[in-house]
Amino acid sequence: MIDWGWIARHLDDIAAATSAHVALTAVAVGGGLVVSAVLALLIHRYRRAYGPVTAISGLIYTIPSLALFALLVPITGLSFLTAEIGLVGYTLLILVRNIVAGLDAVPPEAHEAATAMGYSPAGRLWRIELPLALPVIVAGLRVATVSTIGLVMVTALIGEGGLGQLMLRGFTLQNYTAVGVGTVLSVALAVMADLLFIGLLWVATPWRRARGR
Amino acid sequence: MELLGQVAGWFGDGQTWLGPGGIPVRILEHVAICAAAIFVACLVALPAGLGFGHGGRGGLVALGAANVGRAVPSYALLLLLFPLFGLGFATALPALVLLAIPPILTNAYVAIQGVDADLVEAGRAMGHGELQLLARIELPVALPLIVAGVRTAAVQVVATATLAALVAGGGLGRFIIDGFALQDDGMLIGGAVLVALLAVAVERGTAIVERRLVSPGLRGDIIGPSPRR
Repeated sequence: MIDWGWIARHLDDIAAATSAHVALTAVAVGGGLVVSAVLALLIHRYRRAYGPVTAISGLIYTIPSLALFALLVPITGLSFLTAEIGLVGYTLLILVRNIVAGLDAVPPEAHEAATAMGYSPAGRLWRIELPLALPVIVAGLRVATVSTIGLVMVTALIGEGGLGQLMLRGFTLQNYTAVGVGTVLSVALAVMADLLFIGLLWVATPWRRARGR
Repeated sequence: MELLGQVAGWFGDGQTWLGPGGIPVRILEHVAICAAAIFVACLVALPAGLGFGHGGRGGLVALGAANVGRAVPSYALLLLLFPLFGLGFATALPALVLLAIPPILTNAYVAIQGVDADLVEAGRAMGHGELQLLARIELPVALPLIVAGVRTAAVQVVATATLAALVAGGGLGRFIIDGFALQDDGMLIGGAVLVALLAVAVERGTAIVERRLVSPGLRGDIIGPSPRR
C-alpha cells in the first residue's frame, strides 16, 4: 500500500512541498494578523465599525475557497499573491473577533489603574491591554492557523498549494503514497503549529503561571 | 471588462442551462449531496450528542474524537477516500459527513450539558422518565444551540462540496474545475459566482430557519444558570 521506496527517492520534493506549505501558511497568518490588528484597533476606537467589518469578513468567510481563488485568478493571475489574498481573507473573521473580544475582556480596574499610573492611551494599549488580551488572541491564531494549513491545499489548483500540490500530482498519477504522505504531513504541521502557539503563550504570559492557572 | 462580457456570454448561452451539465442540474446535484451529508451526519451526531449530553459521561472522549477529524483537511480526505470509493458521489459523501459531524456533535453535547440543572430536577420531580426529560425539557431548551451547530455544518458542507468536483463528482465545483481545465474564464467565474451565491443563500436561509424553530418563550437566557431561582 505504502511505497517506501518512492518516499526515499523523493525526500527533496517532499521537503520542498512542506516548506512551501509552511511559507504559504506563515505569510497568510502573519498578513492576516497585521490586517486584523488594524481593523480590531479601529473597532476598539470606533465601535460603530464592528458591524460592517464583521459583516464583510463574514461574507468572505462564507465564500467557498475554490470559488474565491477562481474569482481572483483573472485579476492577479496564477500566483503566490492570489493564494495569499484568499488565505488572508479567510483569517480575518476569526482574528478580528478574537482580538476585539480579548481587548473587551480587559478588566476596567486594570484600565483605570494604568491611566492613574500615567500611561498614555497608546502606552496603555501596548503595555497593559494587549498583554492581557493575549490568551484570547492566541486562541484565535490557533484556529486560524489550523484552518489555513487545510486551505493552503486548495491553492494547488492555482499552481501553489505546498503539500496540496504534491498530493494533487500524486492523485493524477494514481500514486497514493504521495497523497498519504501529504495528509500525514499536513496533520503533523497543524499539530506542531498548535503546540507552538501554546508554548509561545506560556512564555509570553508569566503572570498566568504565577497564579497557577 | 472583456471578462465581464465572457461571464455574461456564459450565462447567456442556452447550452449553459441545458442537459446533464446545465446550471439547474448542477445546483440540484450540489444541494442533493449536501443534504445527504447533513442528514447522515445528523443521524450519527445528534443521538450521540444528546445521549452523551444527557448522561454526562464519555462526552469529552467523543468530542475529542470528533475534533481530531477537524485537523484532517477535507481536500486530503477526498483524495484519500478516492481509491476506496472511486469516482464521484460515493467518495465525496463520506468526506462531507466527516466534516459535518464535529460541529453538530459538539453543539448538541454542549447544549444539553448547559441546560439548567434546576429545570431537569423539576422535570424529574414531576415524574418524567429519562427519555421524557430529554424530549420534553432538555431538547426544547437546548434547541437553539443544536440548530446553530447544524447550521455551521451546513455552510461548511456547501462550501466544501465544491471540492467534490476534484474526484469527478457533480455539483457546482464542476464549472470551476472544468473552467480551469478548458481555460474558459466565463465558465470559471460563472461557476464561482454561483457557488458563492449558494453559500451565502444557505447561510442566510438557515439563519431564518434557526429563528423560526426556536419558541419565542425560549429566547431568554435559560441555557446556563438562570437568573430567577
